[in-house]
Amino acid sequence: MGYEEGKATTTNGTRVERTSACELVVTRTFNAPARIVFAAWTTPELFMRWWAPKSTGVPMLACDMNVRTGGGYRVVFGQDASSAMTFFGKYLEVVPDARLVWTNEEGGKGAVTTVTFDEKDGKTLLILRELYPSKEALDEAFIGMEGGTPEQFAQLDELLETLGASAAEA
Amino acid sequence: MVQFSSARLDASFAALSDATRRGVLEQIGRAEASISDLADAFHMTLTGMKKHVGVLERAGLVVTEKVGRVRTCRLGGLGLEDEAAWIARYRQSWDVRFDALDKVVEELKAKETRNGL
Repeated sequence: MGYEEGKATTTNGTRVERTSACELVVTRTFNAPARIVFAAWTTPELFMRWWAPKSTGVPMLACDMNVRTGGGYRVVFGQDASSAMTFFGKYLEVVPDARLVWTNEEGGKGAVTTVTFDEKDGKTLLILRELYPSKEALDEAFIGMEGGTPEQFAQLDELLETLGASAAEA
Repeated sequence: MVQFSSARLDASFAALSDATRRGVLEQIGRAEASISDLADAFHMTLTGMKKHVGVLERAGLVVTEKVGRVRTCRLGGLGLEDEAAWIARYRQSWDVRFDALDKVVEELKAKETRNGL
């Protein structure tokens, strides 16, 4: 209560809740079985298509994933090699079609991310938890998001228009 | 543009972590109330309610004003909007991603159907 954005208009609205000082939880339902949603999270060429949508303005340049417990991943964002930023970590837990846990090691104060895929009646409830090592680390991550808001919203509007247009065509 | 201060956010999140305090915000969002009104409404002692209101006040979520012997509480101008904006921004960034993921998922589903799975 109080945290939610009132004007969620998407049919499968994304919910966000800060469940504790150190944890954020994102919830979303996808209209597909868990194996399909899981594949989109664990197949680099699929992951690259949605994790950094064009509208964010920072494309994903490379993505390597060794999706098994103890395996590493490496994701590179940027306009070109000179502006590239690399994010990396390792998978702490991999349960096919059900659960992924990974570390975010680039910053030193990164969160541990847990994603669960819960299938019911052909749909998948996805719950993503970001657990930060401290309240300060979470706050910093948020403060780091500051800047660029108007652009982000403009890009969002653009994307929503595009999506609306392609939905109308379909 | 909304500015965020880490200390303020801490205070706001701490203030909002309690069900009674969220209830108080809801209540005074509808109409101003005195501390004793709120104590009654939440079946609480005056001292207990004073503490809750104090936490909300320090977080900037509530403003109180003493007129005569009655302290009236109303919603503060600070805090809640930032909170909402902050969470909303985070939600938007996931929403954009998940909308893109929807498309990928739909394609995979269509492919499975074509392959007779």
